[in-house]
Amino acid sequence: MPAKASRAAFGEALLELAAKDDRIVTLDADLSKSTMTAAFARAYPGRAFNLGIAESNMVGLGAGLALTGKIPFVCSFACFVVGRFETIRISVAYTNANVKIVGTHAGIAIGEDGYSQMGLEDIACMRALPNVPVVQPADELETRQAIAWAVEHEGPVYLRLTRQNLEPVCPVGYRFRFGGWLVLRPGTDVTLIGTGGTVFNCLEAAKLLAAEGVSAEVIDAACIKPLDEESLLASAGKTGHVVTAEDHSIAGGLGGAVAEALGEALPTPMRRLGVQGFGESGDAKGLYAKHGLDPAGIAGSVRKFLNR
Amino acid sequence: MADARLETIARECRVQIIRMLTHAGSGHPGGSLSVIDVLTALFFGRLRHDPRRPDWPDRDRVVLSKGHAVPALYAVMAKTGYFPESRLVTLRKLGSPLQGHPDRTALPGIEAATGSLGQGLSISLGLALGLRLRQAPARVYCILGDGEIQEGQVWEAAMAAPKLGGPAHGLDNLTVVLDYNKIQLDNFVAKILDLEPVLAKWQAFGWSVLEIDGHDFEQINKALDQAEATVGPVIVVAHTVKGRGVSFMENDPEWHGKAPKPAEAIRAIRDILGVPEAEWSGHLARHPETKALADELAALGAK
Repeated sequence: MPAKASRAAFGEALLELAAKDDRIVTLDADLSKSTMTAAFARAYPGRAFNLGIAESNMVGLGAGLALTGKIPFVCSFACFVVGRFETIRISVAYTNANVKIVGTHAGIAIGEDGYSQMGLEDIACMRALPNVPVVQPADELETRQAIAWAVEHEGPVYLRLTRQNLEPVCPVGYRFRFGGWLVLRPGTDVTLIGTGGTVFNCLEAAKLLAAEGVSAEVIDAACIKPLDEESLLASAGKTGHVVTAEDHSIAGGLGGAVAEALGEALPTPMRRLGVQGFGESGDAKGLYAKHGLDPAGIAGSVRKFLNR
Repeated sequence: MADARLETIARECRVQIIRMLTHAGSGHPGGSLSVIDVLTALFFGRLRHDPRRPDWPDRDRVVLSKGHAVPALYAVMAKTGYFPESRLVTLRKLGSPLQGHPDRTALPGIEAATGSLGQGLSISLGLALGLRLRQAPARVYCILGDGEIQEGQVWEAAMAAPKLGGPAHGLDNLTVVLDYNKIQLDNFVAKILDLEPVLAKWQAFGWSVLEIDGHDFEQINKALDQAEATVGPVIVVAHTVKGRGVSFMENDPEWHGKAPKPAEAIRAIRDILGVPEAEWSGHLARHPETKALADELAALGAK
């Protein structure tokens, strides 16, 4: 499989699933070309609703549709849709409406558009809501599986997708399991946990580290909520060192979730890699390097952490 | 005449509103008393619903977007048989399905969580669209507060509604009622952020607008009939009186969000029933149920 953005894989998966399930509808706020639901809208014009640049109304309207039996995919950039947090909190989460909230353009990887378009606090926000799982797939295969799962899952879901292409990381035949993590590379010295766009970089970092004699176990944490505590504790118990890497604020995201779980169940030395402060315009590669999320940066942080 | 029947029901509901708020010791009497006549008109004769089957897919939906007035909704729900009237006194108590603001997951018959103001119209649009898409013969009624429409999300929804789903699935099944009682929490609406010209605003957004006295059942029913016969979404601007029925609560911002003390509650009930003070003891002697209620509330005061 060639590299593909998870937003693109989402658009294709939705088109396929919609052919078999007429409950699926899409809601957009003038970004359907970017969230990749435009093809769905062309194929199913009566099931695609572009509500203009009015995300709060889109979220609430999605809740109402869900309460009549539809399965609405409510789509925008992660920052814009999660920015309507209070509507998500009451109309979707508390109402327990079967709405699939899709936040694309996650993280600093969107690059040139700069901070105002970057979803950087969305995991932290959504993780705090009862009743809403948070899922961020790492490649095309996992995205397709996660979307199919979301259709079947009764209840709200938050799906976090990328603008940038993602290299394939999941093995052929991989099956997404809700609440399950995937060990992509076994190791003994340190546990490297990535999610979405950072998973491939964790694998690359593990290769760099291997050349120096450091054995890193790499985990794809597609399920940020709920965490796969069993996999986390097994790996942390084995390596004794945990590093998380995410294209999200360093506060409240995957690293925060892992720290909370380990702190209670198995206190383990750890490092959280993520975005500090606001993002900024620039090329994605340069931004990842600046925030230490590229393979060299991740490997460097691990080296320092392990005192190697 | 139907109006006399509805007047009687609404009076009984007003008594229950006062009763449950007094037991709760907190809550919102003013807006509950202003909206109860509209809710009474909806629940007694208007709605296609079955309290024994609150999940009936083709039921009409009522979304009380001004969720703080939920005691009024609980009163009509209990009276139509969604749950026993005895449960009303559990309002706001730990473990009760009668949450301080509507909780869909706690109480069958509640269509959506509301009370975080400004959200109910969007949900109603989604409900109306979903019902139209499968050609269900059901209507959606959304009740907005006047202060509530200061929220921006309301106007996002207002802008979307006339065009949504159309022309094949245009929203001919949505009636919105604005409970225009002229008072919000902090003060009179006109003193906080005036809505006027409110009719022109909705008209400019493409809505059919009706204007009525929200305490006159003949006008309420006529407007609801007219809304059903209208193509596209309709808003009924219902002029109401905050605290209606209780003389010392009427038109007083103080009674937006304050529960009556037991002695005040008994006075309020006397007011609602229209019994002069001098005749109250005689009235109680002739009406054992009212006497029991007065005793129940007096006992709360003695605690």
